[in-house]
Amino acid sequence: MTMIFGVPLPALMGQLLVGLINGSFYALLSLGLAVIFGLLRVINFAHGAFYMLGAFAAWMLLAYAGIGYWGALVLAPLIVGVAGMAIERLMLRRLYGLDHLYGLLFTFGLALLLEGTFRHFFGTSGQPYAAPEALRGATNLGFMVLPNYRGWVVAASLVICLGTWAVIEKTSIGAYLRAATENATLVQAFGVNVPVLLTVTYGFGCALAGIAGVLAAPVFQVSPLMGSNLIIVVFAVVVIGGMGSILGAIVTGYMLGIVEGLCKVFYPEAANIVVFVIMAIVLLLRPAGLFGKDS
Amino acid sequence: MSATRIDTAGMPARRSAAPALILLAALVAALLIAPVWIYPVFMMKLLCFALFAAAFNLLLGYTGLLSFGHAAFFGGAAYVSAHAMKVWQVTPEVAILAGIATAVVLGLVIGAIAIRRQGIYFAMITLALSQMFYFFCLQAPFTNGEDGIQGFSRGRLFGLVDLNDTMNLYYFIAAVTVLGLLAIWRIVHSPFGQILKAIRENEPRTISLGYSVQRYKLAAFVMSAALAGLAGSLKALLFQFATLTDVAWNMSGEVILMTLLGGIGTMAGPVVGAAILVGLQNFFATSGFPVTIVLGATFMICVLLFRRGVVGELAHWLESRKA
Repeated sequence: MTMIFGVPLPALMGQLLVGLINGSFYALLSLGLAVIFGLLRVINFAHGAFYMLGAFAAWMLLAYAGIGYWGALVLAPLIVGVAGMAIERLMLRRLYGLDHLYGLLFTFGLALLLEGTFRHFFGTSGQPYAAPEALRGATNLGFMVLPNYRGWVVAASLVICLGTWAVIEKTSIGAYLRAATENATLVQAFGVNVPVLLTVTYGFGCALAGIAGVLAAPVFQVSPLMGSNLIIVVFAVVVIGGMGSILGAIVTGYMLGIVEGLCKVFYPEAANIVVFVIMAIVLLLRPAGLFGKDS
Repeated sequence: MSATRIDTAGMPARRSAAPALILLAALVAALLIAPVWIYPVFMMKLLCFALFAAAFNLLLGYTGLLSFGHAAFFGGAAYVSAHAMKVWQVTPEVAILAGIATAVVLGLVIGAIAIRRQGIYFAMITLALSQMFYFFCLQAPFTNGEDGIQGFSRGRLFGLVDLNDTMNLYYFIAAVTVLGLLAIWRIVHSPFGQILKAIRENEPRTISLGYSVQRYKLAAFVMSAALAGLAGSLKALLFQFATLTDVAWNMSGEVILMTLLGGIGTMAGPVVGAAILVGLQNFFATSGFPVTIVLGATFMICVLLFRRGVVGELAHWLESRKA
């Protein structure tokens, strides 16, 4: 058997794949956080709860309406996005003129509320959600066996991340968004409806978390606690990358997922904390983050 | 830097100590007679959390730093105190000092890293670092993982007073809490406290006045951590266990909610907030309705409708009547 640094190659590749999967979710979630923070200046603590909501929406669509994975992949993010827009419109909007910390505290309360509600009705044990027919089974790549669904998760998240990046950097809607991020008052003076832009952006960020939730449903179990465990790691990812750039959030997400996966091979005891250790080191060397522009 | 800051009830820099002394006397009198009507264990739990929230408020209310990781100091100190009493078999006061020392070391490390960023980043960094400490506690052998440290005797204070007697324990915890609150009052009303408030109001100006802001922030952070550790040690002494819930991020959230609910930047606010929240938790713990939903909803309502908190709104109302 081929060995690399005393570790069998399939084991190394297996953990790399797990790392890449986790990295896909880190990237999708930190991308949504970065998009929301860029325009609204709100750290969306409820992002993990929206991710959980996406997974539960997929599960409920199947359980109560008989709508399968592919339908859920479209509908669940829509549901989550609309829920996000309603919350922005009715409540979050009132906090814009205040210190940014209030946005964080409000969304923290929202996360507790959502998580508590789902825990009340579904308990803490997870609900299983099967991968779609077309993506079951595995492909032998020669050096390792790749479960098809896992390959799909990595490919889909890459496409969504790069697509989002392209929309923000290359289209006119993206140009409005970037302009409003720089100076919202001036953009409004040019006749762009900034309040609507804010609502749509928040909804879009939440929908990204919803897509991540649907993608995650067959990999992990659908559980009320799936978001809160993830969101703190994603916060660390966001601090490491810096909120400055969209591409930075994506790259940092994948990178840290892979680092975490490698850590599981070479020093498993530290796998849970490696992201936080990297965060501390980055803060000491480059307080603005790897891709951050602000200080 | 934007002009809008955390809403705090305006506190005059200098005023006569008489009202504060009357308030203190009333507090001490209330604490002395409270066990007649109120179940002492409930009162002691309330006091531990009141001290925890007041320690947290020293940082948020008077320095303007939102820490999302105070559970690390509270729970870390609880673990070390419990371990000291169970394994090292030391007297309670030594165990509490060991707990505070732990909180100070943790505060120095976490604080030194977190003060490199401000505002929202500060909150996220403290959250991430305290989560790292949580994972450490989950894996470290001395914490017994999910079981926690339990089943130890409270022992005798200074080898003399038996703390296994509920009323002895009550008066001990009440006395320590009052001393802790006095210490916070003293810190806030000292020249050092004035500089902290200056940092809260306008950090760049404080820097331009020649103060090394980072050192003051770190000092405030460590003091707040030490007092939070004291509260955690008292809690471990009271319930005779220390578990992962004490270091989990939910605990950091609860202490924020207590302070917010009572009134950020007021002396009495954290105590009132702790009383309301501990009362709510006790009420809903027996009702079967999940406490998390209540906490979440309270958070949202507080942030949306009354950001000054109960005490802050009251003070504001009294001020507006005077004017």
